[in-house]
Amino acid sequence: MIKLLTGRLDSIDRRETLHYLGLSAVDIPAEETTALLDSCEKEVLAVQDLRCVYDIFDFSAQGDDLDLGFVRVRSHSLALNLAGCSNIVLFACTAGVGVDRLAAAYSRLSPARAAAVQALGGALAEGWCEEIQRHLIAQYGANRTRFSCGYGDLPLTLQRDIFAALSVTKYIGVTLSDNCFMTPTKSVTAIAGIKGGRA
Amino acid sequence: MTFIDKLKNDIVILDGAMGTQLQAKGLKAGELPEEWNLTRPDDVQSVHEAYLDAGSDVIYTNTFGANSLKFGDMTEEVVRAAVKLADRARSRYSGRYVALDIGPTGKLLKPLGDLDFERAAEIFARTVRAGASAGADLIAIETMNDCYELKAAVLAAKENCSLPVIATFVFGADEKTMTGTSPEAAVALAEGLGVSAVGINCSLAPAQMNGVVRRMLAVASVPVVVKPNAGLPSDVDGRTVYSLSAADFARDMKELVAMGARVAGGCCGTTPQYISLLRRELEGLSPVPLTDKGLTAISSYTHAVYFGDAPVMIGERINPTGKKRLKQALREGDFAYILGEAVNQQDRGAQVLDVNVGLPEIDEPTVLEKCVSEIQAVTNLPLQIDTSDPVAMQRALRIYNGCPLINSVNGKKESMDAVFPLAAKYGGAIICLTLDEDGIPDSAEGRVRVAEKIIAEAAKYSIGRNRLIFDTLATAVSADANAANVTLGALRRIRTELGCNTSLGISNVSFGLPQRDFITSACFTLALANGLSAAIYNPYSEEMRKAYTAYMALSGRDRGCADYIEYASSVTSSITSSKPQAAVNDAQGGLKYYVVKGLKKEAAEAAAALLETLRPLEVVDGYIIPALDEVGKGFEEKTIFLPQLLMSAEAAGAAFEQVRSRLSPSDNAKRVKVVIATVKGDIHDIGKNIVATLLRNYGFTVYDLGRDVPPERVLEEARRTGAEIVGLSALMTTTVPAMKETVELIKRELPSVKTAVGGAVLNEEYAAMIGADKYCRDAMETVRYAEELEAAADK
Repeated sequence: MIKLLTGRLDSIDRRETLHYLGLSAVDIPAEETTALLDSCEKEVLAVQDLRCVYDIFDFSAQGDDLDLGFVRVRSHSLALNLAGCSNIVLFACTAGVGVDRLAAAYSRLSPARAAAVQALGGALAEGWCEEIQRHLIAQYGANRTRFSCGYGDLPLTLQRDIFAALSVTKYIGVTLSDNCFMTPTKSVTAIAGIKGGRA
Repeated sequence: MTFIDKLKNDIVILDGAMGTQLQAKGLKAGELPEEWNLTRPDDVQSVHEAYLDAGSDVIYTNTFGANSLKFGDMTEEVVRAAVKLADRARSRYSGRYVALDIGPTGKLLKPLGDLDFERAAEIFARTVRAGASAGADLIAIETMNDCYELKAAVLAAKENCSLPVIATFVFGADEKTMTGTSPEAAVALAEGLGVSAVGINCSLAPAQMNGVVRRMLAVASVPVVVKPNAGLPSDVDGRTVYSLSAADFARDMKELVAMGARVAGGCCGTTPQYISLLRRELEGLSPVPLTDKGLTAISSYTHAVYFGDAPVMIGERINPTGKKRLKQALREGDFAYILGEAVNQQDRGAQVLDVNVGLPEIDEPTVLEKCVSEIQAVTNLPLQIDTSDPVAMQRALRIYNGCPLINSVNGKKESMDAVFPLAAKYGGAIICLTLDEDGIPDSAEGRVRVAEKIIAEAAKYSIGRNRLIFDTLATAVSADANAANVTLGALRRIRTELGCNTSLGISNVSFGLPQRDFITSACFTLALANGLSAAIYNPYSEEMRKAYTAYMALSGRDRGCADYIEYASSVTSSITSSKPQAAVNDAQGGLKYYVVKGLKKEAAEAAAALLETLRPLEVVDGYIIPALDEVGKGFEEKTIFLPQLLMSAEAAGAAFEQVRSRLSPSDNAKRVKVVIATVKGDIHDIGKNIVATLLRNYGFTVYDLGRDVPPERVLEEARRTGAEIVGLSALMTTTVPAMKETVELIKRELPSVKTAVGGAVLNEEYAAMIGADKYCRDAMETVRYAEELEAAADK
């Protein structure tokens, strides 16, 4: 059965944010950059609207031909990721439309703040995924690395089936374009395998 | 009895969920429920019959997702079949109504998503035409998360049939829609568009809707609809079960109806049993009488603003009259300046923004439409659409996301004939100028007469006086000593005798006098005492802020004078203030430092100081460009990173802003021009925006076409501007074909134009494969490429 989850984060991973901005783990951001990110982080956290929809499905595989329970798909990369699993959790989540709105506003007003908000929004979505996965592990033992459309040879067009299977638009307001882009853009869909079946 | 009569006289009971009923009959996950209108008609009809048996006055057709995005050319057939089934079901009963159900498209509208507003309206229009011609009695637009999409749907309904429309939004427990709309803003928008009832459905249980329903009832003059879920879903032995029993649902619903909701039904998880118990529970309950709230409301996509209590402050800075810099920005299409003005006014306390782009040399309808949409991307304040061009007004009102403030109509027949039909269709409040064919009456009495004439004419369009805001026209007290007396006299009479709201463009009163702010703000205070409801003012004027803050305290609207004290402690008293210190004078070498550090304000001040002694180009070439080069080089060497690069770019931009006002046309920038776009189908524009920013910084002329741009549009712009470079960005593999198509088109039609491409999925090899002249790894590389071409052009 489809389930819903909402959340709220108090902070955004700074390393992840800097990574999106092109800094490696050893690069030290300038003082001005840190001040910029501190101020934008407050704004992003204020508009966050974290939502998630998920469901559990049976999973079986014959080689690379996979039955995900809601659709059949052929993918070598996903087959490797899900080896040994007999169930999967499918989830879709978003950081909310407010982050997009903030980024859209700054893209017209301040390129530096726009880039900062984009990076912080990405890291916020990532942090939300981590929290969702902790929840899914506790609930189902869904401990495989989450796998998304576009990773390896898993086609982006699978998004359409995911959106139908979870009624993503209805439950969390994320929409899918003809080219399989999600809006709000800080949104993720993923499959997390449950090793040895549901807990 | 028509549906409208029923709505006026009775509590109306809707039906419950359709989808879950069909699932119980074997509808599989992933199967479209609307297909059953053709393949399993008897099952669909039997659901309708079950609800009619349970006591539904209105049944919703099985067309929630029956739109052309999902059904293409089958749409009409699916919709007609659905209406026929509902019609056949109700034929055995009397006094029941068929509602054509319309749900969201499943796409997010531009600018946040990729669905064009007019395209959305077309999609809804197809469903409406098919449903209305098949015999529906009303249109039910429901489950709307986004008020902009709701606007498209209601307009489509109104333009394609004459049936009544009821519209319901989805609200969360935070009492907002997913796109941030408040209940008050939802009501203002929907009522403005002429719906017969407005309300809430899905997402919450009845008891959780209490707050939203209460807020809607407080402001709605039309009946309020409630159509909640049967609580929350949970999993019991593999079956989905809702937490609220039919009896509990009916009991909680009764509370909402007793509170004043007049249209009640069920959404997800409700069944005929829920409706049957609801019917029984409401038996004998008489509807709470409808009252015309008589409010003067406008809204943005987030909140509503009401006129009549505290004065509403309308920022006047986006109006080119007497503003040289804004005129220049409008002529050059420099939206960054205009948007900056929007945000600054909001920061200084404006509650509504006036938007006027009237200049003889520009295409006003196109520019006004673009301006409204761009301003709504940076601020959530309601807008006052200010134009005398009816075409521009129509286009702006149509795409405005909210319930507008219209500026303006006057007592001339021509003006009322043009403006009132638009106001009747798009809703909102209207600023009415008390002048007519005979000019501005020179007495208060004369202006009141014009106001009465306008009220009478508006009534012919069913526009109540509550929607009219009268501007009694401030004129120069320097030319006529009695000017302010007449204006204020008319104002007071319109407020007290006609009971209407009032507004003034106050600054005209001080025309021709020195220190105009002193007179303007004093007149503002007098006008407030005479019943002024709104003022069009300059938010940068400290005198106006003082007058406003003091008035709020004096009129008892500022408890404990808290706002006044906060404001007063933030300014220096005019009694002791001396001249402000001149801007920092250590600017020799300072400008370069500030640009490198990305300090915007300091860079602008330093540039202004340098311009006292140096020529504009000396400042650019001697300070700004070397600073940018230093940062650019650092970026290439990976000692400086993207955020700092962009902060420097912004600081340089602020310095340029000082320089540009002193540049003569002969100081022209570089020769190379660049057309830039994110390719068709791709909505990611952050990378493209960074490239555009840096190119502009280095003095290149950039024509930015935005995102999701078709190849033909890129070609057209390259041809029009004579650009040397076309820059294209794509983020995803799915849109690289569109990039290839664009490159090929440019190569074929304009062989001398260079194509430069970039984006996450591209590399040198891929760029060569699609025929591009240059792959640019990042923004600096694009700048270097443009510089190369510039150097070649100089030779």
